[in-house]
Parts: sequence; C-alpha cells; structure tokens
Amino acid sequence: MKTLKALVAMCGLLIAANASAQSAVSEEFQKFRSIMEEDNPAELFEAIGEEYWYTKAGPRNASLEACDLGLGPGVIKGAYAQMPRYFADVDQIMDAETRIVHCMETLQGFSHEEVTKQPFSNDKGTPNHVSVLTYVASQSKGMPIALPQSHPKEREAYAVGKEMFNYRAGPYDFSCATCHGTEGKRIRMQDLPNLTTRDGAAKSVLGWPGYRITGGRMLTLQWRMNDCFRQQRFPQPKYVSEAVSVLLTYMGVTANGTMYTGPGIKR
Amino acid sequence: MANPMKIRAAVQGDVTDVRVLMAHDMETGLRKDSSGSPIPAHFIQLVTVKHNGKDVFSAQWGTAIAKNPFVAFKFKGGKAGDKIQVNWVDNTGDTRTDETTIR
Repeated sequence: MKTLKALVAMCGLLIAANASAQSAVSEEFQKFRSIMEEDNPAELFEAIGEEYWYTKAGPRNASLEACDLGLGPGVIKGAYAQMPRYFADVDQIMDAETRIVHCMETLQGFSHEEVTKQPFSNDKGTPNHVSVLTYVASQSKGMPIALPQSHPKEREAYAVGKEMFNYRAGPYDFSCATCHGTEGKRIRMQDLPNLTTRDGAAKSVLGWPGYRITGGRMLTLQWRMNDCFRQQRFPQPKYVSEAVSVLLTYMGVTANGTMYTGPGIKR
Repeated sequence: MANPMKIRAAVQGDVTDVRVLMAHDMETGLRKDSSGSPIPAHFIQLVTVKHNGKDVFSAQWGTAIAKNPFVAFKFKGGKAGDKIQVNWVDNTGDTRTDETTIR
C-alpha cells in the first residue's frame, strides 16, 4: 500500500514536472516571437502594399483608393479589425482578403483568373493583393476586433461558420473543434488555442497576416484556413471562397473585444 | 528592381540607435528550385551607412545572412534632424540607397 502511494505521488510529480517543462518551452517561443516582432519584416510588405494602394494599375489604370472596405470608400483605418462583414454591393459576407481581390477586379479591371492565378506567396514572390492586405491590416494595429453582427447575413455567417467549425468529416473524421475545441491541447511543441473561447479565438486573428520566418513569406488567413482544411484531409476550398469568410466570421466574432496587434511573425 | 528598406534612427542623449530592415532574397546558391535546378546565388555583399555624408558603419556580408536582413547598431554624435543614408550592393551589382532623418 505504502509503495503504491509513493508510486502515485511520484507519477503526480512527473506529470507536474512535464507540464512545467512544457510551459517553459512555450515561454521561450513567446520570448523569441516578441524579440522578432520588434523588427518584423512584415513592414517591408506593408510598404509595398501601401505603394500599390495608391498606384494606378490594371486594364482600367485605376488605384485602389476608392476601395470600400466596409467603412466607406478609401477608409482603411480600423477596417481590417471589422472584417469579415456584409457588403451590400455584392450581397455577401467578405473577409478583407476577398474584398481586396474584389476591388482589384471591379476598380482596376483585372479578371478573377488574373488576380487569383497565384493566390498565396511562394518562391516566385508575394502577390500584390497579399502586400495590400498586409498594409490594410497594419492600419488596424492597436484597435479592438469588432466584427459587426447587425445584418441578418452576418448573423447567418456566424451560425454557418460555427457549424463548419464543428462539422466532422473526411478520412480522419476530423473537425476544427477536434484540435481547437478544448483547452490545453498541443501538436508537438505548438500549443493549440481553444477557438471556442474569446481569448482562444483572439489567437486565430492575432498575428495574421503573418511573416513566416521559414521561407521568408508573407502569409494570410485565407492561406491558414486552406492549411487547416489540408491538415484535416478535407478538399481545399477555392481561393476567396465564401466558406472561408464564413468560418472567419465565426472565429472573429468570438474574438470580438480583444485587441488586434497588427501583422505578426511566425516561426 | 529592389524594394525599399525600412530605416529607423532615434537619438537618446548622445547615442543614436539605427535600425534597418532590408528587402532582399539572400540566396546562398546552394538551394534548388522545384524542378531541381540550382537557384543562383544572390546576396548583399556590402552595406554602408552614412551620417550626414560621413561613414559610420560598413559591413561585408556573405551567404550566412538571412533573407530580409535586419541590422541594428548605435553610434555617437548624431542629432535629431541629421540625415542617415543606407546603401547596399549585392553580388549581381544591384544596389539600393534609402535615407531617413534622425528622430
């Protein structure tokens, strides 16, 4: 009996030691990130995006200055922290990335195929819409995440997004909630935020768009969502699919009230 | 064409803190692309920083410097309003110069 008690006590100690080692490693990662954040190369893409915003381009030789990001044509300040939202002109929910692509098509006259032929950053470079998104996101730095829920379509998007988040399917019978629905989960050394809570969901919005040090690429939330679908062995959504906007609405609304810190840096 | 740098220079007391973020691929020449052919070396070889036209910092770089490099250093003698000019030259002869004033 005595030995059993000792054994139980020892197991308890081991578990405690393991847990503290785990959090110590997470803290080191956190320190690394905050050092890198001081001089985040995302700023280089902000500069490129800002220049593009005011540059005339495309078949119509127009700039993006008249682009309405939900707060009126040309208003960038705070727009990113309030998207995805409902846009009456297209009668649908759009996230920032979708809206910028939409503006490049409607204002500059590019075809959808042209804008989206390279949706994400790769070895060949960073597409213009990604740089523009980085610039737009930087203009919401330090502002609260405040996704509107006043339009019925916005409330519908939240509900559908929540359903998608919890929808189990695919060869592994996975849903987003499998990894991101409870506290304290991790993959290897990565702590997984619980996206059903406010502070957890904030982690899905914060730091995006993000500069990934591996490969030196600027990556967006649309890219991240595609990667989630890939990891679940789901078919990947089409670029700027409304499904992704809707999923982002669910996570964004859950994160409402937390502070957006601007484009981030990823390992 | 090379993309612009981000330069910050701030003076505190008699010490000026300069921080430069450069946009450059910094290819080592050892990597291969998706079709298996080597990506040619492309990296910054010389960095020069001038304060009001006078050299205050210079560095010779090689392939061990990361993509989109960041440089920070301090020097004495700068005043608010002074000009800081940063120049780099890479192995293909491409060069870029950007300027800022000390805050």
